[in-house]
Amino acid sequence: MITPTAKIAMYRQMLLIRRLEERVAEMYGEQQIGGFTHLYIGQEAVAVGAISALNHDDYVIGTYRDHGHFLARGGDPNKFMAELFGRDTGSCRGKGGSMHLADVEHYFYGGTGIVGGSMPIASGLALACSYRGDDRIVMSFFGDGATNQGVWHEALNFAKLWNLPVIFVCENNFYGIGTGVRLSSALTEVHKKASGYGMPGYEVNGMDVLEVRRQCDEVVKMVRAGSGPALIEARCYRYQGHSMTDPGRYRARAEEELWRKRDPIPRLAKTLVAERVVDEERLRALEQEVERICDEAVEFAASSPEPPLSALYDHVFSERHPSDPHA
Amino acid sequence: MREIRYYEALIEAMAEEMRLDENVFLMGEDIGLFGGTFRATEGLMAEFGGRRVRDTPIAEAGIVGLALGAALAGLRPVPELMTMNFAMVAMDQIINHVAKMTYMFGGQCKIPITIRAPGGGGTQKAAQHSHSIESWFVNAPGIRVVIPSTPYDAKGLLKSSIRSDDPVLFIEHEMLYSIQGPVPEGEYLIPLGEADVKRRGSDLTIVAWSKMVHEALRAAERLAEEGIEAEVIDPRSLDPFDWDAVYTSVARTRRCVVVEEGWRTVGVGAEIAARVQEHLFHELDAPVQRVAAADVPLPYARNLEQAALPGADDIVRAALKITT
Ligand SMILES: Cc1ncc(C[n+]2csc(CCOP(=O)(O)OP(=O)(O)O)c2C)c(N)n1
Ligand SMILES: [Mg+2]
Repeated sequence: MITPTAKIAMYRQMLLIRRLEERVAEMYGEQQIGGFTHLYIGQEAVAVGAISALNHDDYVIGTYRDHGHFLARGGDPNKFMAELFGRDTGSCRGKGGSMHLADVEHYFYGGTGIVGGSMPIASGLALACSYRGDDRIVMSFFGDGATNQGVWHEALNFAKLWNLPVIFVCENNFYGIGTGVRLSSALTEVHKKASGYGMPGYEVNGMDVLEVRRQCDEVVKMVRAGSGPALIEARCYRYQGHSMTDPGRYRARAEEELWRKRDPIPRLAKTLVAERVVDEERLRALEQEVERICDEAVEFAASSPEPPLSALYDHVFSERHPSDPHA
Repeated sequence: MREIRYYEALIEAMAEEMRLDENVFLMGEDIGLFGGTFRATEGLMAEFGGRRVRDTPIAEAGIVGLALGAALAGLRPVPELMTMNFAMVAMDQIINHVAKMTYMFGGQCKIPITIRAPGGGGTQKAAQHSHSIESWFVNAPGIRVVIPSTPYDAKGLLKSSIRSDDPVLFIEHEMLYSIQGPVPEGEYLIPLGEADVKRRGSDLTIVAWSKMVHEALRAAERLAEEGIEAEVIDPRSLDPFDWDAVYTSVARTRRCVVVEEGWRTVGVGAEIAARVQEHLFHELDAPVQRVAAADVPLPYARNLEQAALPGADDIVRAALKITT
């Protein structure tokens, strides 16, 4: 059972991600944000539904498409925007940027730009949980493209072999940059890849946050109880280009329109109104609240200082040796 | 003082650290039941069990990546790669993830991993099992590179590496595992970044590490017969690097030979030679000499392998070139 309060929280979280991402696009256009920036618009239901099923001290790890996960994990919108602006007040002191968000206080470990690179790290976080015998678990997010990388398979094999408490969540948005799943994956139904490692695989509608949440509640319970790893394939769609520079010639207009009709945010709004959990006025109030948070985040980022040049050599190591380069 | 072998010193270091800290654990291919392909983990599974001495699948990227995840969560993993050459399979995890994550995340995490792996040639293992590729890792910031030449150094440095909050690549040498040397009973640590003068001398400075220290010492004996006293400096770790020790010695001897078992071109020796001339240009009486492996994949045939690898003869030749 998902409580009305939880449903409203999920709605608010999805809306916050959507509106912040729209600001990111705007700020990218104004060249306040640079580099590679991958928007999460369209996929909000996956991060929000899945992460809301976790405890506060479970581990979460993702990819370069990490904005939604950072925020859904409770990351501060101000630190988020400041990081994208490359400011000293950013979550990673301006050293990571869009692709390498991390928020260790909330057990969110980012943030890797190497497709598949986070996979064995996720199993390693789970190894630590198992080694200690605590009841924490790990949730690992990645795309359909990652499932064809070598380390993806190594990570699943390790996880099952050692019965590690990790949930692999594939956000199957059907494309890796411009290459469709059919052109890249021998098995296009990603959840079936789980059977190669003797673990359960589930398919969920990644455009329906309540379905994602229900499935994750069930799998989280199982994995926390010691069942070993599981794979969830959330079928979803990114509404924007792969990154900010994407001519978008590889997707049919009709396909895009079809998926836009499945937008997870209006969908939940409709359900909440129909179930009388909220009324239109409450929805408007939420929208205004979120707008305020976005304004503040942009304001905070824009007014924050750049990292001092003396920070260049900080954090290469955690213990500095006299022979290390320094400012 | 008692004498033990290099691999026994490593075992002692790991066992002591594991007794002291429950968070220290080992993982790698054939390290448990088999005891390690070079016996360097022999007996540890019997003492610590399969939870802390973990046999893994043959999946180097996975081994390093899992160790990284476990380190992020607060453990102190000591993964073993069966040889340095297999690090190439795990390169993305080692460089893109282990070495960069602390920086990329603005110092939010520590990565106390010690990756152990043996390098080195000399036993006819040909082109994919014998190379000394420490320079690749010294080139990348974010990972320490420790490379001991004696049982004493191996033990003290491995213990310090395991206790370090930073990632360490701990490079052993296949031909050093069985050498014997004095190692005191009980605990001691050697800080990373402190060179050791393996031989005192006043006529030239030879900088060498790992197996090349032993070649340098043999060369020094031969040079002594000709009245040339070589100082042999073993940096023991290449990152951090004890530049002061090298500069102090070379400022006195005014001549320097750098020896490495890795390829010559863009090797660690090139960096040392460059820095020595930057710092001591006017003190030098001769150009810094480099002795290194031939720039070829290591061949199998014994004579060709020996021709490709640097040894005492090459060091003597380089030394004579700048002292006579
Ligand atoms: C190892 C590696 N190869 C290639 C790339 C370039 N690249 C970045 S994202 C991407 C597509 C990944 O697709 P998917 O895993 O489905 O994730 P999505 O972007 O759809 O979220 C590629 C090829 C990379 N970052 N890393
Ligand atoms: Mg994709």
